Amino acid sequence: MTLLVVENLDLKFDTDEGRITAVDNVSFELNSGEVLGLVGESGSGKSVTAKSLMHLNPSNAVYGAGSEIYLELDRDVVDVLSLKSSRELKIVRGGAISMIFQEPMASFAPAITIGAQMVEQLLIHSSLSKKEAAELSVEMLDRVGISEARHRLYQYAFELSGGMRQRAMIAMALSTKPKVLIADEPTTALDVTIQAQVLDLMKELVAEFGMAILFITHDLSVIAQTADRVAVMYLGRILETGTVRQVIQTPAHPYTQGLLNSLPKLDALDEPLTPIAGDIPSPLERPPGCVFHTRCPKAQPGVCDQSIPGLFPIDSGHTAACFALTREWPDIDQKRTV
Amino acid sequence: MGFLSKAKPTETDQSLKEAYFTASQAQLIRARYKSNRTAMVAGWVLTMMILVGFFSEFLSPYAPTMAGRDKQYENGPPQMPKFWDENGFSLQPFIYGTSRERSIKTNFRWVITVDREDRRYLRFFVEGWQYSYIDLKWNLPGEAFDIDFTTLTFSTHLFGADKGGVHLFGTDASGKDIFSRTLRAIFTSLKCGALGVLIAFVLALVIGGISGFYGGWIDSILQMITDAIRTVPPLPLFMALAAFLPQEWSAEAVFFIISSILGLIGWPTLARRIRTHLLSERSQEYVLAAELCGASPNHIIRRHLLPSFTSYIIVDLMITFPYMVRLETALSFIGLGLIDPVSSLGSMMQNVSKADVLLNYQWYFIPVLFFIAFVLAFVFVGDGLRDAADPYTREKK
Amino acid sequence: MAGYRPEENSVTESSHISARNLSVHFVLGRQLFGKPPVVRAVDEISFEIPKGSFFGLVGESGSGKTTLGRAILRAAPITSGQILYRDDEVEYDLSNIAKEQLKDYRRRAQLIFQDPYAALSPRMTVRDIIAEPLEVMGITNTRAETDDRVREIASKCRLNLEHLRRFPHAFSGGQRQRISIARALVCSPRFVVADESVAALDVSIQADILNLLESLRGELMNTFLFISHDLRVVAHICDTVAVMYLGTLVESAPTRSLFSNPSHPYTKALLSAIPSLNPDVRGKAEKLEGEIPSPITPPSGCKFHTRCSLAEERCRSEAPLWRELSEGHSVACHFA
Repeated sequence: MTLLVVENLDLKFDTDEGRITAVDNVSFELNSGEVLGLVGESGSGKSVTAKSLMHLNPSNAVYGAGSEIYLELDRDVVDVLSLKSSRELKIVRGGAISMIFQEPMASFAPAITIGAQMVEQLLIHSSLSKKEAAELSVEMLDRVGISEARHRLYQYAFELSGGMRQRAMIAMALSTKPKVLIADEPTTALDVTIQAQVLDLMKELVAEFGMAILFITHDLSVIAQTADRVAVMYLGRILETGTVRQVIQTPAHPYTQGLLNSLPKLDALDEPLTPIAGDIPSPLERPPGCVFHTRCPKAQPGVCDQSIPGLFPIDSGHTAACFALTREWPDIDQKRTV
Repeated sequence: MGFLSKAKPTETDQSLKEAYFTASQAQLIRARYKSNRTAMVAGWVLTMMILVGFFSEFLSPYAPTMAGRDKQYENGPPQMPKFWDENGFSLQPFIYGTSRERSIKTNFRWVITVDREDRRYLRFFVEGWQYSYIDLKWNLPGEAFDIDFTTLTFSTHLFGADKGGVHLFGTDASGKDIFSRTLRAIFTSLKCGALGVLIAFVLALVIGGISGFYGGWIDSILQMITDAIRTVPPLPLFMALAAFLPQEWSAEAVFFIISSILGLIGWPTLARRIRTHLLSERSQEYVLAAELCGASPNHIIRRHLLPSFTSYIIVDLMITFPYMVRLETALSFIGLGLIDPVSSLGSMMQNVSKADVLLNYQWYFIPVLFFIAFVLAFVFVGDGLRDAADPYTREKK
Repeated sequence: MAGYRPEENSVTESSHISARNLSVHFVLGRQLFGKPPVVRAVDEISFEIPKGSFFGLVGESGSGKTTLGRAILRAAPITSGQILYRDDEVEYDLSNIAKEQLKDYRRRAQLIFQDPYAALSPRMTVRDIIAEPLEVMGITNTRAETDDRVREIASKCRLNLEHLRRFPHAFSGGQRQRISIARALVCSPRFVVADESVAALDVSIQADILNLLESLRGELMNTFLFISHDLRVVAHICDTVAVMYLGTLVESAPTRSLFSNPSHPYTKALLSAIPSLNPDVRGKAEKLEGEIPSPITPPSGCKFHTRCSLAEERCRSEAPLWRELSEGHSVACHFA
């Protein structure tokens, strides 16, 4: 069943340098029991999108008029963007939606014990007593594979290693039994052997708790191993969506293709790496028309720099925003090498 | 890039972009500062006051000392020059003549009456009392230190009355022109503050610099000394020192000592800031890169460390200045620093607290306004500089 | 203690850098009682870096790879052991080097930093940044000479020559890294250490920088030590790879051999932990349990024994020797 619906999310920031577009007409859905991967490089707007779901963006954020975010709970539908008071916002911040971050040191207060923070969160979001909250916290810490869970309640964040901190953060995020878990680069700062453990843990928990995960990362191979569906973002727009097999094995958009080609692959060590030409434009200099056209090997002047492509269907569930996929695309040789 | 132009630059505005790309840190800071209106206004006010202070003798019709007092116009109210009154228009500004009388009717207080028929015209570039730009008559304790060296002597003043006195801000109890005194006071406070800041800065640079550059146990020891000095409360220290100052010391000597003490009290805070800047700069990766080329400490200091904290130090100096001036003013106000007849903003404010003055001679307050403007201007300029220099950390993505 | 037993004199003529029983230990702070804790960042390592090779050094956190790179460049102190630098002109014992020789060594060995945003001084133009090594080392005599050298290396690094008068804030991460590379190469060093040089870059830019490094190595014929935590990157660009764990070398082999035939359990675990781009191979690999121990209190014997599925009593008490299995493929494990 659908848990989260994002429609036409449009977000700009008012800064000294002008109005910067961070998210441009992004729409997606999240269903329970599913992992949706949001992939993008820097400036893609993926983190900002995630924060919008919890209404966590700074005050200079300006949402576009048609932006809608709906959270479907058992009994009612919550319009996230219209929540104002902190009591209303409680639902999306730690209640039905929980978030884990890249840098676990940043989400644990350094001077308070882990147990105190976990219990505090439970007290805010549920009607448990302090004792019950502590018991639940120990259970969660144990569930995520932290040894001596009861003892850990009294430890501080800096006393744990990186991997354990990340697990503790997952425990804290899950203790309120959220419907949606947003994971913003949760394993990027971890060593690869620890990353493997944490990813396994997350997949187990999805199955056990029946929740949905919005997995944000720049690492396509992590997505390949963890996600069910993928959305590829670039400069605030979604360029391709589909199941993980569709997008990774048969990518349709030139950006996705370029991204996959530029990755070093262990099973193809002799193939040269082909980077995507050019640099990611700064958000102050957003290209007109298709945001990717400045680096695209298939770009057609007159078309790609003028109009913005919508998401064209390729297969069932697989869409990509590229004019080259439409039937009206003139038949040109790919002689344009950037 | 908004701060480089008022209008938002278009994508094709290549020269603006190029200007942004090739702007050095100093240029970026200047551009940011200029976009801060408060700071710009404060900057102009400050510049004006400094110029006024520097040319104070030229601008004052009377000497601010006892020698220049107007015995006929003691405690006189301010005289505003006019161009027009019931007797007609005049291109030359004029003031009214006055006379004074006292009798039992006025409680034996001199009361000044204005004679509106007696016009006294203001003339410009008049001859008046003599002043020198380089006038070193230092009467320091001990015969050997006395200096007497005078040059660049002029006697022209911006304006003066053809007969009688012209007192724009009125006069005080002994007839000294408050306008002239105020101008002189601005300059005195400036000098005192500058000397204090200079002494503090030199000390802070040496001690903070060694501390920050070498680190280790040198740093620990120097920090202990710095902290010890910081804990000394300035006001009681001053009071003690002021009590020890011999009475016969001349105004200049007192001035010098007061400024030095200000500097000696002020250096620890500055030293700590310098040390912090240095420590953080030294651990930067580009410094390591230079070290890996075999750069000498000299090169690293000159090429990397000094330019990096020049902007911070200028900000620190600008912020320290008003503290010095306020400290000097406060001390002079309570009678411990420069006292009457030396003109400093503090000594002038000393007289203001009497009830007599509050009731009858309100124009004594005018220097207070100048003092407030002076300090505020420094504070705003310092804040503006700091905001302009700080966003450097925002440059990182 | 894993030691290098030079039964045969394998310090070959073609090695650029050779290390023997090298240790780099850091003492942490002071304690009132007892001895202060010591971080054994690098613990009795011996290895060779052949001349002209692109040598990869991989490891996770606490492996000591960055410290090793710094020690080779003499930016970290050597606690014990020996590092020899040898090229066709000179031979230096880096553990015991005189000041004058150190100055000369700096010309021959350079470092490319990880963070492109911190490694460039924001107050200097790009031209000045690249020129700084030349000026400090006195390699060029006139400004014109310096400018020529700068332009030469800048164009090799595919930097737009018109941008040389710009300041770092005008450039993106990838471009800044190229400036960093240009600065490292301007004095024509024979030996270059690239410490996580692509880790901070976006994926699509990483490939660009890796290709640049490969082309530069082909042109300038120097030796690269490429330090990274990302095995995939190392696999593509390096011809030899060495794997470190908690300050010791566990395996070293030509790239193809290492990836097709890993011998050490840690190497195997590392390879299986790398997420595959193929969604159909999920959940097949064996995952490593446990956390990485602290380098202050490393396990006894074989440092990997606390997480190794093959561990026996012997592994706890005796550290394995570094043995050569086949041509160029060495490993330190009791079971290899």
